[in-house]
Amino acid sequence: MSSEPDLQLAAEAAYAQGPPQSVRLLLWRRFLRHRLALASLLVLVLMAAITLAAPLIEAALGLDANRVDLFALLAPPSAAHPLGTDELGRDLLLRLLYGGRISLAVGLAAALGAAVIGTALGLLAGYYGGTLDALLMRLADSVIALPLLPLLIVLVAVDLTKLGLPEGLATSENVSLYRIVILIALVGWTTVARLVRGATLSMRTREFVRAAEALGAGAPRVMLVHILPNVVSPIIVATTLSVGNVILLESVLSFLGLGIQPPIPSWGNMLTGAQELIWTAPALAVWPGALIFVTVIAFNFLGDGLQDALDPRAVT
Amino acid sequence: MTRFLLQRLAETAAVLLLMSFLIYGLIGLMPGDPIDIMISANPDLTPADAERLRKLHGLDQPIVARYWAWLTAALSGDLGYSRLFARPVLEVIWPRLGNTVLLMGISFALALALAFPLGLLAAVRPRSGLDHAINLGAFAGISIPPFWLAILLIILFAVILGWLPAGGMGEEADGLWSRMSYLVLPVATLTLATVGGLIRFLRAAVMEALRQDYVRTARAKGVSRARVVLGHALRNAMIPVVTILALNFGTLFSGALITETMFGWLGMGKTIYDAILGNDFNLALVGLLFATLTTLLANLLADLCYAWLDPRVSYK
Repeated sequence: MSSEPDLQLAAEAAYAQGPPQSVRLLLWRRFLRHRLALASLLVLVLMAAITLAAPLIEAALGLDANRVDLFALLAPPSAAHPLGTDELGRDLLLRLLYGGRISLAVGLAAALGAAVIGTALGLLAGYYGGTLDALLMRLADSVIALPLLPLLIVLVAVDLTKLGLPEGLATSENVSLYRIVILIALVGWTTVARLVRGATLSMRTREFVRAAEALGAGAPRVMLVHILPNVVSPIIVATTLSVGNVILLESVLSFLGLGIQPPIPSWGNMLTGAQELIWTAPALAVWPGALIFVTVIAFNFLGDGLQDALDPRAVT
Repeated sequence: MTRFLLQRLAETAAVLLLMSFLIYGLIGLMPGDPIDIMISANPDLTPADAERLRKLHGLDQPIVARYWAWLTAALSGDLGYSRLFARPVLEVIWPRLGNTVLLMGISFALALALAFPLGLLAAVRPRSGLDHAINLGAFAGISIPPFWLAILLIILFAVILGWLPAGGMGEEADGLWSRMSYLVLPVATLTLATVGGLIRFLRAAVMEALRQDYVRTARAKGVSRARVVLGHALRNAMIPVVTILALNFGTLFSGALITETMFGWLGMGKTIYDAILGNDFNLALVGLLFATLTTLLANLLADLCYAWLDPRVSYK
């Protein structure tokens, strides 16, 4: 007579009663947290969809986002202008949608650029170690430690023609867009680089990596095929969180008149003029900021939720 | 210890020197040069005069030679004149440095005073209602654009309620209390913009410390919960927290730049911003170097605190 069936019965009976209250509570709370991340994802998808549909909404309203209407300055919300107009009589809703396109695109592009740079440098530092590692990490430390915003202001103010860029390109309308994406990517890679370096360091001596090396895989193959897939989750988490940060940084620079240059709207530069209009038209100052706030917090919640899901060991 | 300190001081000086060259080069890349500004101010100048002036001021020299001339002058105490204020750069900077220290000091102290109890409360009751509320608040603080927060505070307290001035610094003749009222909104903005990150970090550090074996041992030996949290967990959590506090100094400075610009508070951040926008090359250069120097010193201080708090670390 073996006692195995009895044990199984006991286990089944315990399972039928459901997990203990505390675990259920724990799962419920976890779910709650993830629901916040889920809701954030929904908000972001919705936001992206609406801003992408801006031309359609423009057509449906029968308006032109860039048309200045001097007879309808700072008009209150109406059927023609759902959110009213700005200080030049342009439709506020459409400006917000087109500004959102820019802010979201800049956030995604710069965060992805930073992630690519950070991943590459982190892999190299972690895999090769030694002097390269020491140099790269020292560089990362310095970039983190510097007062970023004042230095970015100088970098943004640099005259591109003095760098040898052709006049036509340096003064084209979109140059402020590319410049901000490149600059933020160039200063934003440090977090990802540190995470990837740490993960690579611990992977480097694992059996599967040693096996690949023994079978003759070259360094690029080991890094990209064997190590990279194993360090992907911290990259995803850090990049999601950094999209929010980039959007914030872009909005600050644009607000200060140094980021995205008008007439291209961005949520940040829409607030530049709003400060003088606080007394007459506070609504102008509220809308773009509220959208930045909602977008950034949604990215942060999403990143937090992803961290919970992808990295259960991390304390969040 | 002395050797470590000397080595770090030498490193700090080296980084500062490198940064001074980089910033000097970047400022040289900004649009226009001092002679262009003279020409725009005085239409009688002919191109030949401009050429002669460039030669006179050494602007036809290569960048390294110009930097060397600036450096030798700077090391002998001559940092040049500010174009905007028509006074020696240091005379402009000293009082403003004091204003920034006042703003940053009060805000940082307030942020710490808020973050410690809130972060601890959240950490000892993870996933409770209180924890969720504190966490939400912290995320909101991280995600709100600081300049927008400033605008909202101005709308509420200066425009609607009329309780506080919307900006400026008050007159010498005003009483102490009325001058203090100018500090309230800037301090509130900078504190709220800083406190969220601190809370999140403290919470994570204390939670991590509470999971350690020595905490369980202490509890098993009958040490009270409060004593374990304050005496064991918090003390150990201080090690990462102090590092982050010092690393956050650069971020705090960036926040101060935004806050000072929003409220017309005459501090270093606003000075740097105005100098860069106003082509005040000397002032911008020295301002940026001061900002870099203070950040580097904060990092050095963090390293020293690290050794002081953690007996396992020794810098022999």
